[in-house]
Amino acid sequence: MSDKQRITVTVNDQEHDLLVEPRTLALDLLRDELRLTGTHAGCEQGVCGACTILVDGKITRACLMFAVQLDGCSVETVESLGSPDGTMHPIQRAFSENHGLQCGFCTPGMLMVTQELLRREPRPDAETARAAIAGNHCRCTGYQHIVASVCAAGRAMSEAEHQHVDRQDVEHQGARA
Amino acid sequence: MKPAVFSYQSPRTLDEVFGELAEHGSDARVLAGGQSLIRLMNARTETPGVLVDINRIPGLDEVTVEDGVVRIGALVRQRTSEVSPVIREHTPVFSEAGAEVAHVSVRERGTVVGSIAFADPCAELPTALVALDGEIVARSTRGERVIPAEQMFLGPYRTALAEDEMAVEARLPALPTGRTGSAFLEITRRHGELPVCGVASILRLDDDGQITEARISVGAVGDRPQRARAAESALLGRTTDPEVWREAGELAAREIEPRPTVHGSSAYRRHLASVVTRRSLSRAAARALEGAHHV
Ligand SMILES: Cc1cc2nc3c(=O)[nH]c(=O)nc-3n(C[C@H](O)[C@H](O)[C@H](O)COP(=O)(O)OP(=O)(O)OC[C@H]3O[C@@H](n4cnc5c(N)ncnc54)[C@H](O)[C@@H]3O)c2cc1C
Ligand code: FES
Ligand code: FES
Repeated sequence: MSDKQRITVTVNDQEHDLLVEPRTLALDLLRDELRLTGTHAGCEQGVCGACTILVDGKITRACLMFAVQLDGCSVETVESLGSPDGTMHPIQRAFSENHGLQCGFCTPGMLMVTQELLRREPRPDAETARAAIAGNHCRCTGYQHIVASVCAAGRAMSEAEHQHVDRQDVEHQGARA
Repeated sequence: MKPAVFSYQSPRTLDEVFGELAEHGSDARVLAGGQSLIRLMNARTETPGVLVDINRIPGLDEVTVEDGVVRIGALVRQRTSEVSPVIREHTPVFSEAGAEVAHVSVRERGTVVGSIAFADPCAELPTALVALDGEIVARSTRGERVIPAEQMFLGPYRTALAEDEMAVEARLPALPTGRTGSAFLEITRRHGELPVCGVASILRLDDDGQITEARISVGAVGDRPQRARAAESALLGRTTDPEVWREAGELAAREIEPRPTVHGSSAYRRHLASVVTRRSLSRAAARALEGAHHV
């Protein structure tokens, strides 16, 4: 009755061919089968946002989706941000520098919400940042530092982008000279 | 936490859905956005034997408008509906109510039709549907029928849908153009939560500023969204005036039977119905007077 089903899912650019029981939540697939424990299990009823991932670029609560539904989808988890050598993603660095976390339980969800927001809105103001994280609970920080972190990440990433462009311009001019 | 065992079906056509529902009856559930159903399955409040996932069926995710009626397919996400220019233009009160549903992350997956089929007595979209005199198109192997919004909601989490029926579409008649205004207003305990009281209202004025049409739908107070008919009739022929909104609010509060919950006694909910109705009417009137019929 609960026959396992075959799915193909890309997680953080890596393709997986898996057999899953239909009742397995996307959250449990990531944590228990793929050992990607960065995605946190909080309330498991859609309320806290700790399990937030991106599915085909869209903000998704991994506790309110079944793993079988991920067939053919591309998933991004918090593990997609940092590098294995410990180098932090600019969003992670901004949270670290701006006290955007204390215990860290809500952080994976906050980081993924920020990742999605900055793709749509590279330089969010505080109000936009607040609206974006509104569905994610944090029991430690009081949110102010998270809002500051989100805005700082936006600034850092768009400045890096500009510097990159400027450098290309300089190199380009250098080649011409 | 894990849901109980179920058999998972992911049909590619509506006929297959109807077949599954006809075969399994009360043991089957349609899986739309899953933002209510999976939550209940995680808690094992719901333990369906068969889950019919409609997410892979093509053609259900469209918003169209035909002969002055907006049609919202069963896979149109709440987020899509909220920002849809078509819905904003023709039925702005539905967009305004939609923006109050949960948080963006839930609205990205949750569907409009799923919210209606779930029939939470507090939910915003059913309240707006009732104000708009909307309809639900239900289909099964037995055929198709159209259920008017007011006949759709029978009580908390209870609808007129039969076990073998799927809601394939919601229909919203466009608001009249001209001096028409609408508003959705709610009181929630915390941002993003279900309201303790939500009111959708629609007002139409003639050139002299007299009310020629009034519709008020009160959600969350009673056991389902309900029209405040006495208040609506009392508004006809009146002009836009704070005293008129206050009277209508009091009438509305008297005709809705409140249900006590942990979020407030019956008396408190009745009081809220009166206040929120008054404010909602006042906002709808201001918009009608602006002449435009936007949110
Ligand atoms: C944290 C959180 C906060 C929320 N806050 C709010 C809120 O403030 N306001 C609000 O209104 N809602 C809120 N919700 C609920 C949300 O709007 C759901 O998306 C909605 O109630 C159900 O829609 P769905 O598409 O997710 O349906 P599902 O969860 O897939 O289904 C819900 C029920 O409806 C049935 N169903 C679904 N589609 C159909 C269909 N086409 N035909 C027949 N039956 C069908 C299912 O079988 C099931 O019984 C919240 C949810 C969460 C997780
Ligand atoms: S664990 Fe998914 S929202 Fe809390
Ligand atoms: S840092 Fe502890 S919950 Fe947010």
